[in-house]
Amino acid sequence: MKLILDELKEASTRPLQRPGKWFYVIAGVLGLTMFAGLAAYIYQFINGLGVTAMNDGVFYGIYMANLVAFIGISYGGAVVSAILRLTGATWRAPITRLAEGMAVVSLIIGAAFAIVDMGRLPGIWHVIVSPNPNSPVIWDMVAITLYVIATLIFFTLPLIPDTAILLNQPVQKLSAWRRKLYSAISLKWKGLPKQRRTLATSMTVVAILIIPLAISVHSVLAWVFAVTSREGWHSTLFAPYFVIAALFSGVAAVVLVVSAFRKAYHLEKFIGQKQFKYLGYLMLVLGAIYLYFTFAEFLTEGYVQYVNTVPILRSMLLADYAPLFWPFVIAGVIIPVLLIAIPRTRNARGITIAALLVVAGMWIKRFLIIVPPLREGLFGTVNASYFGSPVEWMITIGAVAAIPFFLMMMFRIFPVMPIYEMEEIAAEESEKEYRTPSTVLETTE
Amino acid sequence: MANLLTRRQFLTGAGALALFGAAGAVGAGGLFEKRVMAATGQSETGSQTNQWVLVFDLRLCDGCKECVGACQKEHYHPKGMEWIKVYEMTGPLGQTYFQPTTCMQCENAPCVKVCPTGASYKTPDGVTLVDQEKCIGCRMCMAACPYGARTFNWNDYPPVPSTLPKPTPEFPVPGKKGTVGKCEFCLHNTRIGKLPACVSSCSMRAIWVGDLVSDIAVNPDERVKLSDLLKKNDAFRLKEELNTRPRVYYIAGHAQNYQY
Repeated sequence: MKLILDELKEASTRPLQRPGKWFYVIAGVLGLTMFAGLAAYIYQFINGLGVTAMNDGVFYGIYMANLVAFIGISYGGAVVSAILRLTGATWRAPITRLAEGMAVVSLIIGAAFAIVDMGRLPGIWHVIVSPNPNSPVIWDMVAITLYVIATLIFFTLPLIPDTAILLNQPVQKLSAWRRKLYSAISLKWKGLPKQRRTLATSMTVVAILIIPLAISVHSVLAWVFAVTSREGWHSTLFAPYFVIAALFSGVAAVVLVVSAFRKAYHLEKFIGQKQFKYLGYLMLVLGAIYLYFTFAEFLTEGYVQYVNTVPILRSMLLADYAPLFWPFVIAGVIIPVLLIAIPRTRNARGITIAALLVVAGMWIKRFLIIVPPLREGLFGTVNASYFGSPVEWMITIGAVAAIPFFLMMMFRIFPVMPIYEMEEIAAEESEKEYRTPSTVLETTE
Repeated sequence: MANLLTRRQFLTGAGALALFGAAGAVGAGGLFEKRVMAATGQSETGSQTNQWVLVFDLRLCDGCKECVGACQKEHYHPKGMEWIKVYEMTGPLGQTYFQPTTCMQCENAPCVKVCPTGASYKTPDGVTLVDQEKCIGCRMCMAACPYGARTFNWNDYPPVPSTLPKPTPEFPVPGKKGTVGKCEFCLHNTRIGKLPACVSSCSMRAIWVGDLVSDIAVNPDERVKLSDLLKKNDAFRLKEELNTRPRVYYIAGHAQNYQY
């Protein structure tokens, strides 16, 4: 038992060790891409939204798709950490830290797109001094802010015992800033029964709170569209449709992050086929629900054929946007579901490929939700077609690179697996004499 | 022991957070009330003694777009920006007609409802204006508008004569980059008894400006009773089913498709 725990500690802190050559290469490429995106944003900030391809007809575009898609994948953290925690699924333990880290990073980057998409950022203080509570934009800001706070708390709480474990090593092995940071987070954790109880209760409370908060975020994002009278947007289905989309793409994003870190830091001993299989099952169910919602939405719209709905449906199913719509349906939902359903491909590799398709497909779907309805003018005219400008694409690619970049940095600082939680689960599952986790800790001061 | 995160401390923290949130909501509610009161009462910028309307006589409109050019000139618009648009519409039998469209100055304005900062607001004389100083450029109002009336200042506004007064919501010229603009019924003219640019420019005399309170409608040549003009000609409004209650009326010519 002790041997396994030592091994777990070693594996969890592996990314904290001196990184190898590949780390610098990958981080370098990602970092440069990120800074190119940042430079593109500064260019846009100076010159205004005129540098985008958006116009008075298609006035929302890739930025809005990014806002929805990036915040969407942060749902993976909420599912793995909150829902699976509350349902007592112990297999989730080794992947919770990765899932929550991904949630924090993608959520903050996603929320930043609200700022990137804003025409006049210096006016933002009016939102604070004279907010209009009737505005879905205000609902968004409140919901996203609360969700960011909850996600940060949820990421930090399990770090309390883990940073204490990290502190518990010879002084010369830890640099001064690490020691300072870890002591700040660990809150003098000693693993006392009372502390353990408090932590468990706090985790449960936040796990319960974070679920309605997460649902509220994608509901209000959906209502930005659904409370307008526009065909293709004004749909009662939109809020649950958005929530399921977020869960679906969120679980897929967890698979991608887990897969990458597992391979890079050789965590196969702790993150096995089981984790992929179970995440795959979740993805399969959510994918099926998403397909069903999509069908329900298109059937009712297409059956009635309102005069303003027909051109939107036609452009998506048969014309301009069909080369995006059908790949989304087939490669983004049906193939991933099949990859998981067929036993031969139901393994780490097959499910990772499925997840990659889902994340890409769901981004396309967000683009299709936003752009085709705007393309059709309100009095039977057709607006200019829109596929983004180089500036928009550069900022987007920069943001995509920023997620793995910040995750790599994050896990240079914090253990990649929750040591304390896994110890606790291991102790529960083994004999009574091992019931007390962190026995090492209690003897030291 | 003092530094431990105890259950009590954790719960106190959570409670404080919740209180903060609630206080924010109440504060916001208060501010909102104030704004509603300001919008419904009298103010130095227009009064309830006038309620402006526009009337488009589709029997006369020949789609020449003089009004479009006059509006652009009046507001020193950048190329392509149109606060009045003339759509060429097709009727059920393939006939075509022209439909000039401005901001409908809806009584139940969807754009005002969704504006996060209150930059879009109703004046006491029934016109929807945008305060560029408060606009953050989120474009939610453009999404909410069922008539596509709003335009966005994507780039810097072209240079305007230095003799112009400072931009106001009534005359937002030059437009601030990154904010929304729209037809404001030429309030800078209307309130001092002059005609809106589109009305005075229309050589077909197809556009009237009116006032619901004094029940008068005028064009450059004539002065008529507004209610007579509307009722005798069976005037209608666009997208009545959306309950936006527009302040812009249309007199049907031929081949109008009431669906639009």
